[in-house]
Amino acid sequence: MNTLRWSTFAAPSRFYALVSAVNPWLWGLAIVLALAALYIGFFVAPVDATQGNSYRIIFIHVPAAWLSMVLYLAMAFWAAMGWMLNARMASMLARAIAPTGALFTFLALWTGSFWGKPTWGTWWVWDARLTSELILLFLYLGYIALVSSIDDVVRGDKAGAVLALVGAVNVPIIYFSVVWWNTLHQGATISATAAPKMAQTMLLAMLLMTLSFWAYAFAVVFTRAQALAVERERHTDWARSLAGKELQ
Amino acid sequence: MTWGSPAEFFAMGGYGLYVWGAYAVCLAAMLIEPWLTRRQRRDALAAASRAEEDSR
Repeated sequence: MNTLRWSTFAAPSRFYALVSAVNPWLWGLAIVLALAALYIGFFVAPVDATQGNSYRIIFIHVPAAWLSMVLYLAMAFWAAMGWMLNARMASMLARAIAPTGALFTFLALWTGSFWGKPTWGTWWVWDARLTSELILLFLYLGYIALVSSIDDVVRGDKAGAVLALVGAVNVPIIYFSVVWWNTLHQGATISATAAPKMAQTMLLAMLLMTLSFWAYAFAVVFTRAQALAVERERHTDWARSLAGKELQ
Repeated sequence: MTWGSPAEFFAMGGYGLYVWGAYAVCLAAMLIEPWLTRRQRRDALAAASRAEEDSR
């Protein structure tokens, strides 16, 4: 490989090799950032004036929620790329993102619920943000069910792309829900235009954990994409010779 | 933030169930998911090497 093009890693064999090279770094980053975030979150950041120590759930709740939204947009993007450019690796990447996106959505809901019980007095409320995040989970699960149910992978990729793109409207709904509706869920503490309304140490821990989750998501999605590439291409030379080498 | 003792740390000021309930599930998920994904990759490679053997 002499020249690097936009399409270089569209080839499953090269994508597989790239991931193998990059993933150890991503895992290292995920772990180091998580440890730093946990240290700051539990041993530096102070107690909250109103919520006591229960607020410390924020250090995993907000990162999970952010990732759940970002991963959905990434999934829709790659599904669209695969469809528009006839790039099968892009479609495989979209399929690889879905389970991790669903997991983060579940974690956002679970951690939010465990935070809501002591602070709001309830495990669940049908407020706009919680409801739209739950719908996001259904969209992820629906995408997974849809693409798995269609035997012809190319048709499955296309159907998945339609669902992913149509469902993408839910992401801005989640984001703006606390502005558009009267919600129990609090409004934004962080914005692009104003100073954050939270203590520096709390913000730092939260941002470090977000980066950790992001590195984790890349690593696990990439591994799944490798698996999908080998599965889909198992009759090709590259997959067969790779399998011969990897399983020594 | 200084904790008086490990007991205080685990109690989280009375919110222990909620904080650790949230963190435990998160940790479990982020250990199980990579394990399952690696297994999926391993199975895919095994299937590909069977295809290799079948074609010889």
